Amino acid sequence: MENILHFLDEQLIMIYLLLFTIILGFEIIAKVPTILHTPLMSGANAISGVVIIGAIILIRQAAPDDYVTLSIGTLGVILGMINVVGGFAVTDRMMEMFKKKK
Amino acid sequence: MLSTIINLSYLVGALAFVIGLRRLSSPDTARRGNILAAIGMSIAIIATLFYPFSGAPNNYAWIIGGAIIGGIIGFVAAKRVQMTAMPQMVSIFNGLGGACAVALAIVELLHYYNGTADLSGGQFAVVLLTLFIGAVAFTGSILAYLKLDGKVWDSQVTLPGHTYVNIFLLLVTVGMCVYLFMQGPALGFGWAIALTVIALIYGFSFVAPIGGADMPVVISLLNSFTGLSAAAAGLIYGNQIMLVGGILVGASGTILTVLMCQAMNRSLFNVIIGGFGGGAKSSKGQDGDQVAKEVTVSDAGIQLFYSKSVIVVPGYGLAVAQAQKVCKEMDDLLEANGVDVKYAIHPVAGRMPGHMNVLLAEADVPYPKLIDLDDANAALPDTDIVIIVGANDVVNPAAIDDPGSPIYGMPVLEVWKAKNTIVLKRSMSPGYAGIQNPLFFNDNNRMLFGDAKDSLQKLVKAIKEN
Repeated sequence: MENILHFLDEQLIMIYLLLFTIILGFEIIAKVPTILHTPLMSGANAISGVVIIGAIILIRQAAPDDYVTLSIGTLGVILGMINVVGGFAVTDRMMEMFKKKK
Repeated sequence: MLSTIINLSYLVGALAFVIGLRRLSSPDTARRGNILAAIGMSIAIIATLFYPFSGAPNNYAWIIGGAIIGGIIGFVAAKRVQMTAMPQMVSIFNGLGGACAVALAIVELLHYYNGTADLSGGQFAVVLLTLFIGAVAFTGSILAYLKLDGKVWDSQVTLPGHTYVNIFLLLVTVGMCVYLFMQGPALGFGWAIALTVIALIYGFSFVAPIGGADMPVVISLLNSFTGLSAAAAGLIYGNQIMLVGGILVGASGTILTVLMCQAMNRSLFNVIIGGFGGGAKSSKGQDGDQVAKEVTVSDAGIQLFYSKSVIVVPGYGLAVAQAQKVCKEMDDLLEANGVDVKYAIHPVAGRMPGHMNVLLAEADVPYPKLIDLDDANAALPDTDIVIIVGANDVVNPAAIDDPGSPIYGMPVLEVWKAKNTIVLKRSMSPGYAGIQNPLFFNDNNRMLFGDAKDSLQKLVKAIKEN
């Protein structure tokens, strides 16, 4: 318990950030026309690929002969990159279609 | 100095996410919003590459190699995928994001149990959380993909009393998390692997009983899970942009999920339990020897040619048959003859909200021709002919007048109020939700059996002959 309290105390700024971002996330999405639900979901999905940052940090800090970490980290980079690049590209393709009609 | 620039870059990246998401929610700015978010992501990734870790070996070759491989796979997959398979693609991408979070958590746990890294109690809890949420998002998304792609059917993966199985699995998974947390590093890495396996099984099992028709809701929910796991991973590394990006997705994904449930007039709980599909029986109909009347292509063509107003109700059948372009061709032909053609879009038509809009936009159907549920229901009584192309549950009158029906209460397009309806359908089999549709037996309804694209092509030909 004390452990966790100490952790919370250390991470206070992060917790502020967490709470405000939650509210921000709710507010941003509150009014979206139905037609944009799919592209929005797809775009949000691409943003969730931000987890790739973690994989990069992991690899950069790994010892050069720690092949287990390097391999799993690289796997993480590959997976995250597919999510990011694929996600944004797919969303852009959807958007391209909306644009044409005007 | 450098670290200040990097931190400011993170700030810019986070702002780009927020403004990008904001713009994504409005049709005029959506494309730029997406590009902005992508720029934000690029800034964040580049900044992370240059972040000055003291004495870090960097291992750039591994990172660049992985990024190139992943980037190419993602880009090619996104460019090649058919517009109809878009929901599946999003689901897979989402699952891979979850898998990435799992990979991170496993490495942290490996070091923790090896004694090569020390985690504070709070950090350890966050790692376990990352592992759990990421794993559920991973296998859940993969199953959602398989279901959407028709590779797996609900009945193949659902056990009797599946709700209890899920509750049991959830308790075991959470229980194991707590046990690992309490025991600390003494337990050994094997336990972490066991937890991973169980969490992966739970993710699969979580999605299993949910009807295929509800997959859009599930993908949205799993998307917010991936966001949360990214945010949790952000806490492990004390990285602000992971936290902001992840939480933004987590929060907005949750809202989107709720919006989708509202469009179906159901609660999220109801969706997760798996309200549709298995065993639900209608209180009436089905038992009589009702016969649906068929119409010939040429009759239907003449009817359309001499009508004043036509409303097309597209559904997943249109997407599967890739019939959007032929549909537009018929539309043009009718418009040239002075027929008013509109498209009624049900909020959950297809496999994802907005799925039909995307498809029709691909076929250059002008934006103002698409009308939403309320406008359509106002216009339907004055409509001569409604053509239902591969839609079923969204035009089922049982939702209004049969309290025993599993979809009772869901807002539907009241097509039966129009003067005539023509249903383009492969066969009489029930729709994705597995519910019989009394509309087919109405007096003013005619069936035109066959593949949607094929039938529409024949209709186009028939109209041209007039």
